Amino acid sequence: MIWVTVLGASLSCYVLKLLGYVVPQHVLEKPAVLRVTALIPVGFLAALLAVQTVAGDGGALTIDARVAGLATALVALLLRAPFLLVIIAAAATAALTRALGLMA
Amino acid sequence: MSDRNAILRDSLAIGAATAAYGVSFGALAVAAGLEPLQAQALSGLMFTGASQFALVGVIGAGGGAIAAIATAAFLGARNMFYAFHMAPILKVTGFRRLLAAHMTIDESTGMAMGHEDSVVNARTAFWSTGFAIFVLWNGGTLVGALGAGLLGDPARWGLDAAIPAAFLALMWPRLSTSVARVTAAVAIGLALIATPLLPAGVPVLLAGLSSVGVGLLYQLWRPARTPPTVLP
Repeated sequence: MIWVTVLGASLSCYVLKLLGYVVPQHVLEKPAVLRVTALIPVGFLAALLAVQTVAGDGGALTIDARVAGLATALVALLLRAPFLLVIIAAAATAALTRALGLMA
Repeated sequence: MSDRNAILRDSLAIGAATAAYGVSFGALAVAAGLEPLQAQALSGLMFTGASQFALVGVIGAGGGAIAAIATAAFLGARNMFYAFHMAPILKVTGFRRLLAAHMTIDESTGMAMGHEDSVVNARTAFWSTGFAIFVLWNGGTLVGALGAGLLGDPARWGLDAAIPAAFLALMWPRLSTSVARVTAAVAIGLALIATPLLPAGVPVLLAGLSSVGVGLLYQLWRPARTPPTVLP
């Protein structure tokens, strides 16, 4: 089942890339289309980060060490840390919070 | 140093940074329950980072195939606009067009846009960045996917917190406008409301697609004369 998802999603993403090379230039060049397209990644990334931070078993909202990790990531981004450092800081915070028994 | 050498050097630098990021993708994919070969297939075949992270996130949260595919595709839709921008610069046909499509991602398009003073330089930037990232991103994924198996329980290492941190870091450079910040706030609010109510994977789709509504409303309120750039 995971293979179906992996290959189906890969094909979808490739077809979208290819479409940009074959559609006539006037079709996509509309301000409303460009506006919406610029915002779609923001909407999805925001939704993903919210769900991945607080979703627990069966969809219940839970506050655990992931929240502490995300808070650290936010501080790291405000300090203009590079991508990998942001990720490592978040993981280390969550791991440390758990090791000290502060949060689940 | 000639333009060409400077561009090639920059491409390798971006590729090297991406390799480190590929390591984190490989590790997180395996932590979310994918086999190393599946993580590698994503980096080789899908080859667009945000969609790959999203797919892994939805699978890890127990979402179904359709929700996972749709989320990855919506995040990957911006590549269509990059391709649309690159088409008249690259002027590719046949096999080279198929290959160019695969290499059309944030970084290759961004590098090409930075060198549009000359078509030759823009083409060099696009291809060299695309190839450098393809090789190093896949190498990084392999190292991360194989390394993650040695770690044991992902939560012990805080890898479950690394996933939302990755989404935050990917979103960060795109928040430069107020409409983008409103879009993010609306999506986060909807996702939190929908998560306890709807099956896994659906809240992300619903909240993510709210960006279309926000964008259209904003377009009605303040019509953009000059189209906004799709790149962060």
